[in-house]
Amino acid sequence: MELILFYLAAAISLGTTLMAITRTNAAHALIYFIISLLASAVIFFLVGAPFAAVLEVIVYAGAIMVLFVFVIMMLNLGEAGQRQEQAWLSLSAWIVPAILAAILLAEMVLVLSSSETPIPAQSVTPKQVGESLFGPYILAVEIASMLLLAGLVGAYHLGRRYLEETREDEGE
Amino acid sequence: MEIILALLKVFGVLIGAVLAAAVLTWYERRMLGLWQDRLGPNRVWFFGIGIVVADMLKMFFKDDWIPPFADKPIFVMAPAIMLGSIWMAFAVVPFAPGIHVIDLNVGLLFFMGMSSMAVYGVLLGGLSSNSKFALIGGLRSAAQMVSYEVFMGLSLMGVVMITGSFSLVKIVEAQGDLWFVVTQFLGFIVFMIAGIAESHRLPFDLPEAEQELVQGFHTEYSGMSFGMYMVGEYMGVVLVSVFITTIFFGGWLGPDFLAWTGIAWLSTVTDFFWFAVKAAFFISFFVLLRAAMPRPRYDQLMSLGWKIMLPLTLLNLVVTGYVLLMQT
Repeated sequence: MELILFYLAAAISLGTTLMAITRTNAAHALIYFIISLLASAVIFFLVGAPFAAVLEVIVYAGAIMVLFVFVIMMLNLGEAGQRQEQAWLSLSAWIVPAILAAILLAEMVLVLSSSETPIPAQSVTPKQVGESLFGPYILAVEIASMLLLAGLVGAYHLGRRYLEETREDEGE
Repeated sequence: MEIILALLKVFGVLIGAVLAAAVLTWYERRMLGLWQDRLGPNRVWFFGIGIVVADMLKMFFKDDWIPPFADKPIFVMAPAIMLGSIWMAFAVVPFAPGIHVIDLNVGLLFFMGMSSMAVYGVLLGGLSSNSKFALIGGLRSAAQMVSYEVFMGLSLMGVVMITGSFSLVKIVEAQGDLWFVVTQFLGFIVFMIAGIAESHRLPFDLPEAEQELVQGFHTEYSGMSFGMYMVGEYMGVVLVSVFITTIFFGGWLGPDFLAWTGIAWLSTVTDFFWFAVKAAFFISFFVLLRAAMPRPRYDQLMSLGWKIMLPLTLLNLVVTGYVLLMQT
């Protein structure tokens, strides 16, 4: 039963990712990508990582992709954007990425075929995730938080300069 | 037998949520009438409750028109995404001991995930309509819902810290001595305000502010696809009320006033009774807010979020963590 669900979710994930790459309409591509993320969340859930699954939905599908859709709405490219995408998706543009991806795929198949990776029986609770995040992986958490702080300061800086300029304009 | 019971629970929750939303459309108009000193719909059946059936019939038989300039597949899909994700979130709600579809150990996060999925219904509806009003409505709602989701999640973390679990059943059971509204008062206030913003109800219904945006993101929708947005909105109100009840007001906990009969299953009935009473109270509060509050300006809404709510939640988190550490 779980294997069937796994292969179903995996097939959906692969199919939608392919569609996301090949669509010329940006909004459609994004929707396919969101479905792909949801499918990988299902996979996480099936292999016994419900916490990772839910975070995938909240953070990737629910927050980051919303921002992407937001940007697309702001730009509102329409027909012109679609034609440009079509020009970029020429056959010659596929060759190099396809070769690189094929090499990676071959490597992955080689690694996976030599090792047994059954679905683990026990599931990882949120508590265990927290304990390992703030235990052995504390350095990664700290570095990630510094990266976020840099992003925050950068965003503040950009917004602030804009605000001051508009204030000066109003004063003149 | 077990499968039948499980199916019964699933369909009971699904249909119950829609029924609650349908009755709410009538209840809201009657209550608004009461508070604004007018009558409201009072003609059909007892107290006018038949208006729900009349509205539903009208909605079903209206022409479901898809504008020729719209992005058709997304346009059709968007209301279903909103309705579906709100519906899904009801799966983790414990209505009474043992009466829940599933008790996930990440239940609270599941609710957060589903409510962030509901954003897409609004967003894609606005985008695919291909009209200015809908687009601006969608943009506003995206900004509003994404920012308020941050505080919504953070405000619940105090409760999670005290309980030590994301499971909603455990959260209710942890409130046996004292409801979390006492120990997590700041968290409750922030969750409440974020919940109103998340279900974009008045006073925070800027995505569909009539004066400026006609009907906001669902300007182009008609017939049943508009109906799905409307039912989704009312179900969102029920959902937020149900979660306020579960997380901060002890869920099903309450005095077992039928214990003297000695019948075992009656205790489940009283548990559900208390749950329903508390949820109904918060639904009424939502309606009262709509009757009483003016709509803030959009930039006021955003600065309220980031400048007041976010520091408040962070303060709540720090204090809760400090107190918990002192106790251990």
